Amino acid sequence: MATTTVIPATPAPKLNYLNNGHTLKSWLLTTDHKRIALLYLVSVTAMFMLGGFFAMLIRLELLTPQGDLMQADTYNKVFTMHGMIMVFFFLVPVVPAVLGNFLVPLMVGAKDLAFPRINLLSWYLYVAGGLLFLHCMLNGGVDTGWTFYTPYSTVGSNTNVIEAGLAIFLAGFSSIFTGLNFIVTVHRMRAPGLTWGRLPLFIWSNYATALVMILGTPVLAITIVLVAVERSFHLGIFDPNLGGDPLLFQHLFWFYSHPAVYIMILPSMGVISEVIACFTRKRVFGYKFVALSSVAIAVFGFLVWAHHMFVAGISLYAALVFSFLSFSVGVPSAVKVFNWTATLYKGSITYATPMLYAFGFIGLFTIGGLTGLMLATIGINVHVTDTYFVIAHFHYIMVGGALMGYLGGLHFWWPKITGRMYPEAWAKLSAMFVFFGFNLTFFPQFILGYLGMPRRYWQYPPEFQVLNVLSTAGASVLAVGYLLPMIYLLWSLRYGPIAGDNPWGAAGLEWKTTSPPPTFNFDETPVVTWEAYNYDEIPEPKELEAPVAR
Amino acid sequence: MHDSRATTSAGSTPVGSTHGSTQVMTADHEAHNPALLHHFADAQQQKNAASLGMWLFLVTEIMFFGGMFCAYLIYRLAHFNAFAAGSQQLNIWMGGVNTAVLIVSSVTVVLAVKAAEAGKRKLLTGYLVVTVLLGMTFLVIKGFEYAEKFEKHHVPGPTFNFTEKFDDNGKQIPVNPKEAELFFSLYFAMTGMHALHMIIGCGLFSTLAVLAWKGHYTTNYFTPIENAGLYWHLVDIIWIYLFPLLYLISRHT
Amino acid sequence: MAQPESTHEHDLTVEHEHTTHSQGFYIAIGAVLLVLTITTAAVAFINLGPFNPVVALLIATIKATLVILFFMHVKGASEKLTGVVVLSAFFFLAILLTLSLADYLTRSWR
Repeated sequence: MATTTVIPATPAPKLNYLNNGHTLKSWLLTTDHKRIALLYLVSVTAMFMLGGFFAMLIRLELLTPQGDLMQADTYNKVFTMHGMIMVFFFLVPVVPAVLGNFLVPLMVGAKDLAFPRINLLSWYLYVAGGLLFLHCMLNGGVDTGWTFYTPYSTVGSNTNVIEAGLAIFLAGFSSIFTGLNFIVTVHRMRAPGLTWGRLPLFIWSNYATALVMILGTPVLAITIVLVAVERSFHLGIFDPNLGGDPLLFQHLFWFYSHPAVYIMILPSMGVISEVIACFTRKRVFGYKFVALSSVAIAVFGFLVWAHHMFVAGISLYAALVFSFLSFSVGVPSAVKVFNWTATLYKGSITYATPMLYAFGFIGLFTIGGLTGLMLATIGINVHVTDTYFVIAHFHYIMVGGALMGYLGGLHFWWPKITGRMYPEAWAKLSAMFVFFGFNLTFFPQFILGYLGMPRRYWQYPPEFQVLNVLSTAGASVLAVGYLLPMIYLLWSLRYGPIAGDNPWGAAGLEWKTTSPPPTFNFDETPVVTWEAYNYDEIPEPKELEAPVAR
Repeated sequence: MHDSRATTSAGSTPVGSTHGSTQVMTADHEAHNPALLHHFADAQQQKNAASLGMWLFLVTEIMFFGGMFCAYLIYRLAHFNAFAAGSQQLNIWMGGVNTAVLIVSSVTVVLAVKAAEAGKRKLLTGYLVVTVLLGMTFLVIKGFEYAEKFEKHHVPGPTFNFTEKFDDNGKQIPVNPKEAELFFSLYFAMTGMHALHMIIGCGLFSTLAVLAWKGHYTTNYFTPIENAGLYWHLVDIIWIYLFPLLYLISRHT
Repeated sequence: MAQPESTHEHDLTVEHEHTTHSQGFYIAIGAVLLVLTITTAAVAFINLGPFNPVVALLIATIKATLVILFFMHVKGASEKLTGVVVLSAFFFLAILLTLSLADYLTRSWR
């Protein structure tokens, strides 16, 4: 320790990962998974603010039917920036790289991830990708849409496609290394007695996520490389002029980018399982089915990609197969929703903030999932492709699902991460803002899409204005709901009440160490002799029992 | 305050470890294996983790090249004549010799791992150096092959020119030069990406050779040799597929 | 997997989790690979009709399998997980290829 001048008489505060070194170097060169998680937290939040800024620009432009804030070219760039930042720099890394990084070693009873230096490298790759993307943005940005569709991205667009592609390539590498670390850690670093059947469901879902990262991301990487060489060296892989097929780009792109949706949602599903078990004081109903459904979602996710291409010109017969396979993802997803609901049944429910987010997640994910089944139906898909119906659908999954899960998890583990409680009343208020703001923003978009308003246009017929104004108003409420936690969570770092090791009375190894945990997580390597979610053996903490309704 | 496992004297040595936050560590450095990182319980766990990590990395490599193999498969089925005509223009001798060079290098790699396992430092270094030399031989031959493509204007781009016909058992079938350009685009993308991996591999093995010579590896710790070997074998396997797919389409004339 | 893999009693010694073969064995495998290379090149000059690519890919797969099993020590490895990892990579690659082909091969159907 640097602070060797402490007077011997006063008892030194217990060393933890936060006060073990205060220099900038001790953070930027750390290999502690918990510190890297916080580095990710800061950088991912910054990217979220940037992506949110572009979202607000989109909503402001769509307040009126005419293009009065910006014109088509600018609007194209704005929605592209919004999409690329939110998908590749926020949603994909957010839960695994922040909560997963922090929790995976704690939950399996390890001192760190298997490859701490690769973990740090992964963050630097993310930052390098992010900075490159910012540079690209400041130099005019990209206008291809986040999907980079050829031939527009290879011969049409005169924006910085290669630079944006390289940025996403780097972020992809970061994602691969995170996934690799998780898989090896779960296989090799589990504490004695922690069998696969005793693993927390958050670990199962992050393991499944890591599988998708490992198997899918490289295909995106090579696809982006092929687009880049086509732009720069005239190797015409996707060039229809040479007999190449732009649809092949879409096949390769969606082979990653559809499973990427599960990279976003699976870790949040893990969060929800933890939160629901804790605040119902019950073992998750059908633990094994919930655990295996994560893996099933990861595997089925690789069989459905061409449902993004139903109207793009793929064969009708292939479309039928992909439509059928797309329905199959509904099965493990429904297993999760049913089992969460069954867990709630006769549970001793506490309406703490993480639980509010969990409730929000279940409802909104269900809407997002069911509209997904509608979109998997070719007849409906042909009707609503590239309309706001699709936009609303995937925002229900990604914002209503993934982001809600992230916020719920952040609140749930905030006392473990920082050692301090967040202000519960403010947190409940902002959870309400998020829930109502979200629905006001995106539910009108289902209707807009069904009425035929196409996506990616900067203007629209005046009869769509009422619903668009509602949507923009909802976005403002949503923005408040996102800004509030940033303020009160920062406030809680200094003024929040000391949390104690296990404020929720939660099961799981992460609650058996101190808050914040020591640098190597556990003073003694834990030996697990109990099943996951043994809430019948854990007393409910007093402060949770009293005030709220059951 | 941390790390006092009852069953093992788990290594808490910071040597060789770059834990930025290991300023506070217990003083009892019971474990003397300098390569054992602190967060592992023992050397076996560390080795198993490194091995699994490497295999997972190889999975990402397979999927990475897999995207190009997918493109190859679809375009070959769509434009068979042009692909056959393009393939007939490749230099089968250079491709074949390169395949042999890579196979021999794979043998030297596996013998290097064996030498490391037996703790034979000079033999290990020797095999590593030979592997690098074979890798460079491959790249030099590849360079000559690329030069030939430039001379024949078979490099995609504005100067591309393809007048050769598809020789189908003596029948001369004219092919669309655009489609032949697609074949050569794939040829350069696939062999270029493979060559890039060879260059990385040569750099890797050169570094390992220096470290091996300095006695960095022991019979208990040679994981980098093993893992680099796995990487080299995978790059070899990719070439094993590239050779028949690119060079051997419709050679029976 | 009842017991996690992380409970090893020993500290410094490492079990070599694969069987090591003799130098002659590796050279023999290398020789087989070279022979197969010559075979695949030679077979390409014989007209087998539609079976030329089949044979070429078959030989390539035999060669790849030899490298994976013996040079990469998957055969005889005490850790079965390695084999699972390898197979899953090829499984997901097969998904990419077959489902893409499902589109391209049926496009002309009407």
